Amino acid sequence: MEITQILFWFLSVLAVFGALMMVTSKNPVYSVLWLIVVFFAISGHYILLNAQFLAIVNIIVYAGAIMVLFLFVIMLMNLNAETEPQKNKWLKIAGVVAGCSLMLVFVAALRQSDELLKAPVSMGGETGLIKTLGKTLFTDYVLPFEISSVLFLSAMVGAVVIGKKGD
Amino acid sequence: MPITYYIFLAVALFSIGVAGVLTRRNAIIIFMCVELMLNAVNLLLVAFSKMHAQNAIAIDPAAVAGVEAQLFVFFIMVVAAAEVSVGLAIIVMMYRNIHSVDVNFLNRLKH
Repeated sequence: MEITQILFWFLSVLAVFGALMMVTSKNPVYSVLWLIVVFFAISGHYILLNAQFLAIVNIIVYAGAIMVLFLFVIMLMNLNAETEPQKNKWLKIAGVVAGCSLMLVFVAALRQSDELLKAPVSMGGETGLIKTLGKTLFTDYVLPFEISSVLFLSAMVGAVVIGKKGD
Repeated sequence: MPITYYIFLAVALFSIGVAGVLTRRNAIIIFMCVELMLNAVNLLLVAFSKMHAQNAIAIDPAAVAGVEAQLFVFFIMVVAAAEVSVGLAIIVMMYRNIHSVDVNFLNRLKH
């Protein structure tokens, strides 16, 4: 077994385990912390795929900014395990069954076309480097890049207007 | 690694996200499950991008392919960040009005 395979399995198990713990944790703060673990595992996958730019952006934006925002909101609301009321047990079982069925459908649909799926994934290459991505981003995709700044401005204004106290 | 492993990993993460959205009633956790699904899709896009790069390298060793998919992931992250800021503002406003983040109390679209 090569080192990349060992790392792949380790990160995959970590991601799936973190996701399961995130969904099943009673305390929302623990959920956020497990989701950060999942994001770090996914960033590890990006590094393994030599997509270094996305790995670092994933850590900075998701684990750094978005999850801190979630943590702040949870701590401002002072939620804990008792605030989530007990609900119908059958509804919970139905949700789990629906999720498992979705996964079953995907797996059953994908395992038929196996010679297509044996295509290897490149672990090297220059695709994910900042140099390559930045060159394409600022030449071919400069208009979507600028439009996304307008999107951020409108999101900022929207968040302030919605979150403003008063009526 | 073959692309299959990445597809099944992304499918597993996405399905866990779907199950979380269906089972949990806390609006913040539902929101986090949506983020998890977005990340599963991002991982799959990057894996397909590298598969495309591998196919291009097999023909021409100096080729660089699959850049668009990674930029697409970048824009998904941009939109997700904007979405989180507005969504959390909505959740805070909801908590201020009904003093709960339980989505069962929100099934009438008015208070």
